[in-house]
Amino acid sequence: MVILLILVSAIFVNNIVLSQFLGICPFLGVSKQVNTAVGMSLAVTFVMALATCVTWLLQTYVLVPLNMVYMQTVTFILVIAGLVQMVEIILKKISPALYQSLGIFLPLITTNCAVLGVALMVVQKQFSFGGEARMLNLGESVVFAVASAIGFGLAIVLFAAIREQLQLSEVPKPFRGIPIALITAGIMALAFMGFSGMV
Amino acid sequence: MKPIDLIKKGIIKDNPTFVLVLGMCPTLGTTTSALNGMGMGLATLVVLTLSNIVISATARFIPDKVRIPSYIVIISAFVTIIQLLMQAYLPSLYETLGLFIPLIVVNCIVLGRAEAFANKNTMLDSACDGLGIGLGFTLSLTVIGLIRELLGSGTLFGMNLWNGDGILVFILAPGAFLVLGLLMALFNKLTQGRI
Repeated sequence: MVILLILVSAIFVNNIVLSQFLGICPFLGVSKQVNTAVGMSLAVTFVMALATCVTWLLQTYVLVPLNMVYMQTVTFILVIAGLVQMVEIILKKISPALYQSLGIFLPLITTNCAVLGVALMVVQKQFSFGGEARMLNLGESVVFAVASAIGFGLAIVLFAAIREQLQLSEVPKPFRGIPIALITAGIMALAFMGFSGMV
Repeated sequence: MKPIDLIKKGIIKDNPTFVLVLGMCPTLGTTTSALNGMGMGLATLVVLTLSNIVISATARFIPDKVRIPSYIVIISAFVTIIQLLMQAYLPSLYETLGLFIPLIVVNCIVLGRAEAFANKNTMLDSACDGLGIGLGFTLSLTVIGLIRELLGSGTLFGMNLWNGDGILVFILAPGAFLVLGLLMALFNKLTQGRI
């Protein structure tokens, strides 16, 4: 039940892009075609789950016992940067095909604020389930990370599909490029607001 | 280029929000009121200026291969300092900005200026560049926050302008996208062919 709650809440109600404003850069930058959008969201899912798992363990078993929570930002970003690099090397070795398809997106993920954002969120925020508020445990944190990444994927793939159509229509000159993309995203966010109150 | 020109360049010609389109997450996420936008902008300004100075001073000693991770460590050190200072002296603002303060680390403006400017220019120039871009960012965020606050809750820097409520949607997520999109189109229209 808790797992289901986390899934629905992170994918639809508190969508990471359209209501939390994390990961806007890749959302605007890598959404011109549906194919690349799918590739990006796969890479993000992978890294986000792994990064959240590692940073959760680090926070619980290293930073908190040593009273060094103020080093959170520095350690987390280093872990993420290292992890991305490592994933890149391993993928290159064991699955060249996957590496080929994710290739260019992997280095971009280090500076995707959604990854750091989710890692920080699970160790800082209290989540409430039907009245009781508490921190997430390791399993739930990973589920939350995967669900957030699916939410990111959903938003970016839908957005890419709309932008593919948008290229065929005539847009007033000052609106071309980013402005019309932002307004499209605004209307999508409006649609996603319909989910609020579900959880 | 003279230092004053560098500062001016960051505000209009290289405006990080409307021209370079960098750092979109805090731009959308923290501009629910003019004051919040300004606070976020100023926090970024301080981090940007200080990290620009240190990166420009140390760029000669950092091997090319590990420069990006080194920059990230320098930037996150300053972010942690700002985070602790805000927590101590501006707890309410820190509470509202929340996650977006530690996320200055991955703000592309800061890393972008380190890579594009600070690592090949003098410390003074880098400081001015950071100041200029930071001011441009602060100004954009304040303007966006001002408009959203005015339309969304009918207040101006917290002062009540009329009785009754505003149009709530401008405070919520869709309003952020719509206001920024429209402002950017307006900026394009006004500066057409001149930048």
